[in-house]
Amino acid sequence: MTAQFPALALILLFPAIGVVFNIFVGPRAGRNAVNVAGTGVIFAAFAVGLWAFARLLAMPAGAALEVTLWPWIIADQFHTAIALRFDALSAVMTLVVSGVGAVIHLYSIGYMAHDEDYARYFAYMNLFALSMLVLVLADNLLLMFVGWEGVGLCSYLLIAFWYGNAQFAYNGRKAFVVNRVGDAGFILGILTMLSALAAHGVWTLNFAGLQAHAAMLAPVATMAGLLLLLGATGKSAQIPLYVWLPDAMVGPTPVSALIHAATMVTAGVYMIARLHFLYALTPDAMHVVAVIGGVTAFFAATVALVQSDIKRVLAYSTISQLGYMFMGVGAGAFAAGIFHLMTHAFFKGLLFLCAGSIIHALKGEQDMNRMGALWRRMPITYATMLAATLAICAVPGFSGYFSKDLILERTFEAGDEGLWLLGVITAGLTALYMFRLLFLTFHGTSRVAPDKHVHESPPVMTVPLIILGLLSVAGGWVELPPGWLWGGAFSRFLMPVLCRSRSQAAHGAAGGALGVVAMLATLTGFLLAYILYIQSPALPGRIAARASALYHLLVRKYYVDELYNLIFGRFLFWGSTNVLSRGVDSGLIDGIVDGAGLGVEAAGEVTRRSATGNVQVYAFVYLAGAVGIAAYYVYLVMVR
Amino acid sequence: MTQFNWSLINFAWLPILPLIVVAVGAMGVLLAGVQVDDEDSGALGILTIALLVFAAVLSLLLFGGRPSVAFSGALAAGGYTAYFDLLVLFAAAMTALMSVEYAADQGLAGAEYYALLMFAALGMMLMAAGDDLIVIFLGLETMSIAIYALAGFMRHDPRSNEAALKYFLLGAFSTGFLLYGIAFIYGATGSIKLEPIEAALSRPATDNALLLAGVGLLLIGFGFKIAAVPFHMWAPDAYEGAPTPVTAFMAVGVKAAAFAAFVRIFMVHLGPLGPQWTMVLWVMAGLTMTVGNLAALVQTNIKRMLAYSAIAHAGYILVGMTAAAAPRAGGAILYYLLGYAFTNLGAFTVVVALERRGAIHDNLADYRGLAARHPFLAAAMALFMLSLAGVPPLAGFFGKFYIFSAALDAHLLWLTIIAVINSVISAYYYLSVLIAMYVREGGVEPAALRTRPALIATLVIAAAGTVAIGLFPQPYITSAAGAFVSALGNAPHHHVVLSR
Amino acid sequence: MGGGITLEHFLVLGLILFLLGAYCVLTRRNAIGILLGIELMLNAANINYLAFAFFGGARYDGQIFAIFVIMLAAAEAVIGLAVILAIYQNLRTIDVDATETLSG
Repeated sequence: MTAQFPALALILLFPAIGVVFNIFVGPRAGRNAVNVAGTGVIFAAFAVGLWAFARLLAMPAGAALEVTLWPWIIADQFHTAIALRFDALSAVMTLVVSGVGAVIHLYSIGYMAHDEDYARYFAYMNLFALSMLVLVLADNLLLMFVGWEGVGLCSYLLIAFWYGNAQFAYNGRKAFVVNRVGDAGFILGILTMLSALAAHGVWTLNFAGLQAHAAMLAPVATMAGLLLLLGATGKSAQIPLYVWLPDAMVGPTPVSALIHAATMVTAGVYMIARLHFLYALTPDAMHVVAVIGGVTAFFAATVALVQSDIKRVLAYSTISQLGYMFMGVGAGAFAAGIFHLMTHAFFKGLLFLCAGSIIHALKGEQDMNRMGALWRRMPITYATMLAATLAICAVPGFSGYFSKDLILERTFEAGDEGLWLLGVITAGLTALYMFRLLFLTFHGTSRVAPDKHVHESPPVMTVPLIILGLLSVAGGWVELPPGWLWGGAFSRFLMPVLCRSRSQAAHGAAGGALGVVAMLATLTGFLLAYILYIQSPALPGRIAARASALYHLLVRKYYVDELYNLIFGRFLFWGSTNVLSRGVDSGLIDGIVDGAGLGVEAAGEVTRRSATGNVQVYAFVYLAGAVGIAAYYVYLVMVR
Repeated sequence: MTQFNWSLINFAWLPILPLIVVAVGAMGVLLAGVQVDDEDSGALGILTIALLVFAAVLSLLLFGGRPSVAFSGALAAGGYTAYFDLLVLFAAAMTALMSVEYAADQGLAGAEYYALLMFAALGMMLMAAGDDLIVIFLGLETMSIAIYALAGFMRHDPRSNEAALKYFLLGAFSTGFLLYGIAFIYGATGSIKLEPIEAALSRPATDNALLLAGVGLLLIGFGFKIAAVPFHMWAPDAYEGAPTPVTAFMAVGVKAAAFAAFVRIFMVHLGPLGPQWTMVLWVMAGLTMTVGNLAALVQTNIKRMLAYSAIAHAGYILVGMTAAAAPRAGGAILYYLLGYAFTNLGAFTVVVALERRGAIHDNLADYRGLAARHPFLAAAMALFMLSLAGVPPLAGFFGKFYIFSAALDAHLLWLTIIAVINSVISAYYYLSVLIAMYVREGGVEPAALRTRPALIATLVIAAAGTVAIGLFPQPYITSAAGAFVSALGNAPHHHVVLSR
Repeated sequence: MGGGITLEHFLVLGLILFLLGAYCVLTRRNAIGILLGIELMLNAANINYLAFAFFGGARYDGQIFAIFVIMLAAAEAVIGLAVILAIYQNLRTIDVDATETLSG
């Protein structure tokens, strides 16, 4: 059942107004006007989102609100429109994006209070919110792709926000280029589905239409699923395309919180959940999704253990947590994946904002080796960060507990005991690196430079911390274990949209035992962190010295960046410079001449005289091509 | 005394009325030039634009979609012809518009410049209308000779001389191949008109060896005009050395006209021979995209970079031709050319904006910090670069989208993958222009735009088109597809070609 | 059709002429020399037109095409010589080796 709800357009209109205002009026209107407008529009979008959500709740399960804004592409039988769809899945995403987004916008007012370029900042942030909302509200793959590219662009703009620093600009570019690789997969995936449907005379890219004709997609499901997965690994920073995210931390910290923790990076998970009917057809692709998620979760957690930049730890932690979400959706537990996406948006967004609060207080210091013993001087930041840490470590009662537990349990039920074990080990590592972070920054002895006057952040920053802190604690309560109060409410809300066939498996008796194992792993991680960073702080250094090969492997992040640079950067540029830049230089000419089957001697004679730019060399290459074509036709005629 | 038979004179002048307007108009501009001082050559530019627009309106009115043939099958009038007439006349008018101030500044002033522009447009229109290899060939030569002269129009600039010489020598060389190829097709089928040629393909008596020799040579000849690898070597040099508006015209007009004839000959009339030529086009398309993009990656001169980019885009269009078996391929190519025309004309207009007499600022380094000094120019350039890179929802994105979907329809999976990888690579060098403009500092100061209203008009039209065609692609893709179908309407066997 | 001369004889003659022209284009340094080679190639095509027209039943269209080609060759020579003249005025040479400023 669907109902028309034109007010959905307002969710996009408000941020759009913010973009226009901040670009054209903002610089003249002054800081206060920009702060109010830039933040207000996101709160307004959130309010409309709540309104729509209330309407949705009043409708039967599986219903959706829709609005068609205008027809977009009509080519022969292919019709697609700028149309929005607000069902349970997009409702969750819309509320997370606009809600967490609004809080982070509010926080930005304080964080960017000393930056001259505030209008540009808010313009980009609003544009990001707009693109992300387009992504989650789109009712078809093409419009989703518009949002997909839009968030990529904004990510690039915001990572390189302080573009005066060449390294920052480079990192922005890196994010963009790596994402483009994923985008190529995404486009190919769309085209694969379109052509499979077109073969049956069906022309649609609407999610509803695709789902209705899912049977026709069966022959290409694995291929399309894997191509789309490539797109998802780019946006959601999974192996092999995760390399841009750690470098993306050079942007302003609220950007990291909004884009690189709470919203954009979850787009891949959302996309897979959105196309669950496609993935349901292909157990192979699903399994690849789960394995990539599990391996990424573990791999990123190990790297996070040794980083000393506070934001880098959080970046790798994000990659690791996204890995959990991939594990969840890969195991067919789409609702669990989305649930973790939501709780993660709360606690990881909060962790970044806390880090931002610390960095702000320390005037830009990000190295944890120059922090310590801050808890007394920043009590609110400390308290909220502790809540977030307990949440991410899945301590019972906190939000992360419910979602991570659900994913691990579903993975186990799906028969992936190996992945489950990897997830449990990762949970232990998570506790280790998170408490390491907490201890290094807030406890122990102060290593802060003496000239720095450390103070708690202003209320405009601490209020968002408190809001997200409450959500980090209580956000998971929407999905209590079955039998408790409103147990499983979140799954019940999402299930009709996500999976019609798969009945919600009850939490089995094994559930409790599994949970205990995971909790033990977490406890071990915590104790290790306590021993290493509180009890005997000299120990980590000694371990690093003893196992220096392993330590350096981790610090250098398994040398993946170097490897990619070597393969893609160097090789492509080498090829481009040496082989093609000179266009006609001896290498290419030799190749073509040889290929055309003329004598090497003649080639030597011609190339010797062939300085670049010589018109006769051009004519020669032309002739070589002509001979190639002639040879082909002689072959055709002869064979005939 | 017998009555004079007027119908003999009346026979079919209507379909060539737009051609007559352009031809007579070109001579009129030459004559008017005698009366006009060089300082007032802007008036000649405006006159040229008015004449071109008039011809475009006539073309639209005369053949809005109704296919017919004229001059006993030598010319095809109809939607296809009208579509390309509008495209090349638009390109010519935009070129004239961006030249108005440029010509005065660079000392190109003179009626010859505009007259040659119109003669080139005349040749292009003939190519689009020709349903006969002689007509297409004459159109191609009319266009080429005028373009050779335009490329070398800055007589005292050795770079311009060099561009003209290289383009001319290789172009004439290529003409030899094309003529030789037409001769073989004539020998094999006994006709130079496309419809009898197509009819002859199914006759068992037709000599296959002669026919294939002709097809191969035609592929070479057209491969040159569209700058397909390995017949592309002239393009970067000619693009770099020619006056920039002429470069724009070469990149857009020449390419559109060449594809008009190329597509009509191969996709409409030589369809039954498809298996024999798509293989060659497959290789050519792959090479053209790859070489064009990789070479563009390392350029430091923006005109040269755009030249290699134009080569790469010809490769994408060749992907569409390789997909001839897919019913949507023809419309996709026509749509692609339209978006490409707006985007590229715009990009070259920005290059024009930075140039001044004695100071050719066409290095990428000159664009550094442009956003700070001239946000309007920089934003326009950014828009064009993003469209060329294929970012939605701009014109370039949907062009690629339609072409690639057609390629998948035709089961060209690997070629599509090559094409998509290539479009990813291309993002890098288009983005480097953005980086230079928005992130780097230094560069040069462009002349104040407020003294150059015609240039602003060119930019605004190009930018509006780039956005509109991407945002509302539906009417454009519909008319492109309709235009292609109307060309098929002239062909007796199209249903054989296209049904799968 | 006297003396046993067949269509093939003309085609082979045309091919030889075409290849000689192409060879000339590739080897002559002098721009006018290159132009001469191109003329040879055009005339090779002309021989084919006339031969096909003659052996295809004394048709007239091939001959007309040949006349068009002769006219075109003249036009190309005009534009070519004009370009070469401009080069000569600037560089005092018409060797194509001298025009290698634009490259890469």
